[in-house]
Parts: sequence; C-alpha cells; structure tokens
Amino acid sequence: MSTAVAEVVEKKSEPLFSKKNKKLITNPLDIDNPITVQVLGICSALAVTTQMKPAMVMAIALLVVTTSSNGIISLLRNTIPSRIRIIVQLAIVSLWVIMVDQLLKAYVYEVWKQLSVFVGLIITNCIVMGRLEAFAMGNKPGSSLLDGLGNGFGYGLILLIVGFFRELLGGGSIFGFKVFEAMGIHYQGNGLMLLPAGACIIVGLIIWVQRSINGYRETH
Amino acid sequence: MRQSNLYIILYAAAITVVCGGLLAFASQALKPLQDANVELERKQNILTTVMPLTKGDDINALYAAKVKESVIDFQGNVKEGMKATDVDIAKEYKKAPQERLLPLYEFRDETDPSKVNNVVLPVYGFGLWNDIWGFVALQSDLNTIQGVSFAHKGETPGLGARIASEEIQDRYKGKSIFDADALESVVMQKGEGNDYSNDPHKVDGMSGATLTAKGVNNMFADYFSCYKNYLKKSSQNVSQNL
Repeated sequence: MSTAVAEVVEKKSEPLFSKKNKKLITNPLDIDNPITVQVLGICSALAVTTQMKPAMVMAIALLVVTTSSNGIISLLRNTIPSRIRIIVQLAIVSLWVIMVDQLLKAYVYEVWKQLSVFVGLIITNCIVMGRLEAFAMGNKPGSSLLDGLGNGFGYGLILLIVGFFRELLGGGSIFGFKVFEAMGIHYQGNGLMLLPAGACIIVGLIIWVQRSINGYRETH
Repeated sequence: MRQSNLYIILYAAAITVVCGGLLAFASQALKPLQDANVELERKQNILTTVMPLTKGDDINALYAAKVKESVIDFQGNVKEGMKATDVDIAKEYKKAPQERLLPLYEFRDETDPSKVNNVVLPVYGFGLWNDIWGFVALQSDLNTIQGVSFAHKGETPGLGARIASEEIQDRYKGKSIFDADALESVVMQKGEGNDYSNDPHKVDGMSGATLTAKGVNNMFADYFSCYKNYLKKSSQNVSQNL
C-alpha cells in the first residue's frame, strides 16, 4: 500500500533526480563549467590556487554560499521588484557571506584566520550573482538548489585542478606535503606557477584539453 | 503592483531591516566567543615564541604562571599602573616612536622570580597589502632571539602569508639584534635557498614575497629602536648583577 502512495506523489511532482535535474549537477562539471565555459569567477581562481588547501576551502565556502543564496532568491523570486533585483541579490549574498565569516570566527578560529580574506571575496565572485540572475530568478527552489550545487562543484573542480598543478610545480608539494622531497628528489620550485600568470596558463591549458575532448565550440 | 515605487521602497526597507537585524544579532551573539578566541591567540603567540606548545596545553594557566606583563615608554621606564592588555598596539603604531606605549612580557624564572629568563616584545608594521604583527622573544642576554611569531591581515596566501608559518619563523632563532653596542636588527634577504647560518643579522628570504619581507624588516627596525633604551638599560643591570 505504502509504495503505491509514494508512486502517486512522485508522479505529481518531478522526482528530485530526474534527467533534467541531474543535468543541473553534471553540466557545470563539464560542458557548462562556470570557469572554463561561462568564464566566471576567474579572478578568484587566480588568487586562491597557489596551494590546494585554500583552494579547497574556497571551493567549499563558495558551494555553501551559491547554493543557499540560489535557494533563498528562488523562494523570493516572485516578490522581488525587477528594478532593484540586483541589489536585493547582493544583499542576500552579502548576508550569507558575513554569516559564514562570523560563524567561522567564533567556532573554528584557526580556519577563519586562513580564510577570512577569501570568504570576503565570495561577494564579488561573479558565479554567485551570475547563477542568481541566470537561474534562480526564473526557477523553483528545488532546481535552484541543485543548480547552485552543480556550479559550486564545477568551480571547485577547476580550482582543485589548478591548485594541484600550481602547488606541485611551484612549491613541490600537495596539501603541504613535500612530494619531491619524500621521493628523494631535490626540486627547485617554479616561481612562475606561484604568480597569477601561472594560473592563467593552467586555466588556458585546461580549457584546451576540455574542448578538444568534448568538442565544444563558441557560437557567434 | 510589483513595479510601483511604494512597493519597491517598502521591499528595500524590509530587506535592509531583516538582513541588518540578522547580522546585528549574529555579531552580538558571537562576540564573546570571538573575543575569547582573539585573547587566547594572543597568549598563545606570546608563549610559542619562548617554548614549544603541544595540543591540549592549558594556555590560560600557563600564561598566568609564567608571564609578567608591564608597559614601558621610549626611555625604557616602566609606566606604573598601566596594563599591557589595555595598550592597543595597532593604535600606538601610528604614533611617533618616542610617544608610543610599549607593552612588555617577561618570562620569570619559576624558582627565582627576580630573574628574567626571556623578554617578549610585540612588533607591528605593514606588509605588502595590510598590517602585519607579531612577537619577538629575546634570551636573557637581551640580544639573542629565542623565537618569533608573526601574523598578518592580508598577505598573499602561499607567498607573503608564509610569515605565519613555522618554517619561516624558525629561521630567526639564534640570530642577534645587536652588533656589540650598535642596533643591527635582523634582516630578511631577497631570494630563497641561501645559507645565512654564519651571519647573525641575516635570514633567508621568501621567494616571491620580497615586499612582505621588507615589511617585516621595517617592522623589526622600527620596534627594536623603540625598545632599544630599555634593552640597553636592562642588559647593563644584568651584567652588573653577574
């Protein structure tokens, strides 16, 4: 009996992991990646990827902020006056960012010390505002949450790849662990990788590899 | 209706009040916890310059048992009735060196309280992007560096922010700030990977963070000259007692 009831409920509303909703998560990882395809959030991708640890923390923080702001804006979307929608979005994003910052400072002070600068940067991250404007303003909260999650993962994926190469080639370590030293090889770090230019080169290479695999072309 | 001016104004006001209220509440509710964290960190930073700390140490108790706080002026005289915790170093830093109030943390010997084992001096300066600060512990000769700890507000992660890491701070151990009677300070050099173990006034630099290193060097020169009179005076007392 109970299974029959559940089926009826599922038919009424779209299941959470329908094909369309799954795409909201998987597309940003590849063919609709916020960094390599939408070309959003580049500046933070250059700023926080000299080491993997800050890159990962930034990725998690952005995931939280973009998902929750997407959800809230989507809930409010039918009440927001269109003439002031950007400033309303900005207020919600800032609210989340400051909340995250304050909570970190009170409960995990050591983490906060490392992160405070990056957490503030999230307000200016184009991905958050971009997704609010492009998706959450016109879609239901459920799919907006998934869209936020997907884009957070897509952003984090690129950040970690870039951070991996920059830390490995620039400092000879991964997550602070000296890889080359452990293998008994003396490694002279490549200073270029630690500069923003190094990140530009790596992001460029990632875009090249990605597009030669999935055949994506810009349409004019 | 959603486009009328009245609706827009009311909507903006409501959003402002709700967001502002939430933030004010969070800030007030979390402030005691945050202040306790800041105070604990200050004590921890002072202690680590002198002795290694392990996880689980009761920092408040250790600090109370070992450290005697005082405040001195540029001439090296103790300012009676002033508490080191009341001195805001960030504010004092903006004054002329002669007018600054200078906190001082003395590590007294546990068996002979008149004997000072270590003196910890706070330092404050400007790195590449924003303020940097820290503590320098001197040994009882008031010349040899026992240890340092640095913190920063916004140096570049992976580059200048490395001043907060043990790897960089350990390079200062055993260096001297005086050359005979003249103040030499300790200067971080440009370039990384060089051996300065024979030079008591130079330490290896940080690759890609020369400007942060310059900030640290300026901070040292600035604050050592502030404490110079006190250090001279006290080291004379020490040698007379010997």
